[in-house]
Amino acid sequence: MAAPSVVVIGAGQAGSDTAAALRSQGFGGRITLVGAEGVLPYQRPPLSKQFLAGTRSSTDLALRPASFHTAQDIEFVGQDPAVRLDRAGARVLLASGRSLGYQHLVLALGARPRRLTVPGAGLDGVLTLRTLTDAGRLRDGMRDAGHLLVIGGGFVGLEVAATARAAGLEVTVVEAGARLLARSVSGAMSAHLLAEHRAHGVRVLLSREVTALRGDGAGHVREAELDGGERIAADLVVVGIGALPEVGPAADAGLAVDDGILVDAFLRTSDPAVHAVGDCARFPGPHTGRPVRLESVQNAADQARCVAATLCGNPRPYAALPWFWTEQYGLRLQIAGLGDGHDRVLTVGDPSTGRFSLLCYRGRQLLATESVNQPADHMITRRLMGAGGPLPAPEEAARPGFGFKAFQQAASV
Amino acid sequence: MAKITYRHPNGTETVVDVPVPNTVMRGAKINNIDGIEAQCGGSAQCGTCHVYIDEANALPLPEMHESEDDVLYGTAAPRRANSRLSCQLPVSEEIDGLVVHLPETQS
Ligand SMILES: Cc1cc2nc3c(=O)[nH]c(=O)nc-3n(C[C@H](O)[C@H](O)[C@H](O)COP(=O)(O)OP(=O)(O)OC[C@H]3O[C@@H](n4cnc5c(N)ncnc54)[C@H](O)[C@@H]3O)c2cc1C
Ligand code: FES
Repeated sequence: MAAPSVVVIGAGQAGSDTAAALRSQGFGGRITLVGAEGVLPYQRPPLSKQFLAGTRSSTDLALRPASFHTAQDIEFVGQDPAVRLDRAGARVLLASGRSLGYQHLVLALGARPRRLTVPGAGLDGVLTLRTLTDAGRLRDGMRDAGHLLVIGGGFVGLEVAATARAAGLEVTVVEAGARLLARSVSGAMSAHLLAEHRAHGVRVLLSREVTALRGDGAGHVREAELDGGERIAADLVVVGIGALPEVGPAADAGLAVDDGILVDAFLRTSDPAVHAVGDCARFPGPHTGRPVRLESVQNAADQARCVAATLCGNPRPYAALPWFWTEQYGLRLQIAGLGDGHDRVLTVGDPSTGRFSLLCYRGRQLLATESVNQPADHMITRRLMGAGGPLPAPEEAARPGFGFKAFQQAASV
Repeated sequence: MAKITYRHPNGTETVVDVPVPNTVMRGAKINNIDGIEAQCGGSAQCGTCHVYIDEANALPLPEMHESEDDVLYGTAAPRRANSRLSCQLPVSEEIDGLVVHLPETQS
């Protein structure tokens, strides 16, 4: 019998980590890692931060060096996207015409930016940010631009706004919702970030929509029109209105898909030979009781390890605690847990010092801790949530002088 | 280049030559040493690159910054006096021969 073989489609965080974890967990068969991009797998978080700011180069974004793949006997195929899955024949067809047989297939396709549909969305200077190529284009664009318009007050948009502001550009953020990051953080955290951006001189417009973009004779964007008719100058536009899971070849092959490739607790799709991990997968959230799709390094990295364990014969349901981070100006926000559905927010520490945490409760249950420049609070929450408790009860956290370090010590866990 | 030894919880060890510049975390990643996850990519935020410095160590290591100290409050494996974040340990000839112990778990 031929050696078992795993084909991983998508060479981003989740795909690269899956290939690496298969080897480090003892998988002895063939591993092929197939990517659409022409570069080695790299870290995306710095694209809107240090890379955009010019303090980190593309070479140190690589997750693993080229030599890694040779040393670990992982075949890396770059710039050759998978175009079709033949599940009956257990083969994947690549754009180049190459066909790869598999015993197990792991889909790690990621997500792609949602496109803007208003008139003028196709003008030069209207960009999205997902890949290193996108980031290079944006960085170049920032060199000559005076006015940056960010459409969408999500994490990527706000990070770009902060980086561009620090680089001296005039920045406007237009958000259709009533607050920033409405789907991801508590109202109090949205308000804190709003104040932070305004204090740095970013013009933030909430509950407003861009209705059209207009260009000059050369087809380069120059201004935006908002609902209500206001016009604002914009010679560079970043569209950050969310990402859509990449499901193309999976949906075409008849796998169950619903805003993400649907998987079970073992990250298995509706075909037992096919798994899906990372931004493209919608899985039963162990902490939410409903299917979720998360876009974070944590989720990609932990799901990669989980699927590798399954393929190495040690299946365990995916149960990692979600956490996330973002950096804007000197502000480092770390979120442990998932806060949606909270009905109460308690503040630990003094927000005016720039170091504090917001605790999001539903009833007596701590759902998430949002920490600003308070890594200990973040880490202790993660550790206690991961260990199943004990977590501070709301009346305890509300007590003046409450601190996570002392709480952890008292609980001596 | 510096020789770094990563000792696994089961007592086995992996000894590798890590080129300069790099960190002890990166040395583990590029050699696919299981037991260092480094989800935040080395920015002292995630605590999944936790190591214990060998008790007998006499090599010069950089002082701990406040953020590293804070992150170590919540590592998955217990913090000990010799706990460090391996992403905050630059590799240099001066630490040739360093021995670090990998914790039972990183998350
Ligand atoms: C600008 C930016 C900043 C971010 N900042 C943070 C942060 O601070 N903290 C955080 O936790 N997360 C952050 N994220 C999110 C994080 O980067 C993602 O959640 C993570 O990269 C997901 O990994 P993935 O492997 O699922 O997807 P990706 O990393 O997107 O990788 C998917 C890969 O699959 C490839 N692919 C798609 N279709 C095919 C095909 N048919 N054939 C072959 N290959 C294919 C794609 O080209 C891509 O390279 C950020 C993301 C961006 C874009
Ligand atoms: S890699 Fe995240 S703290 Fe070291």
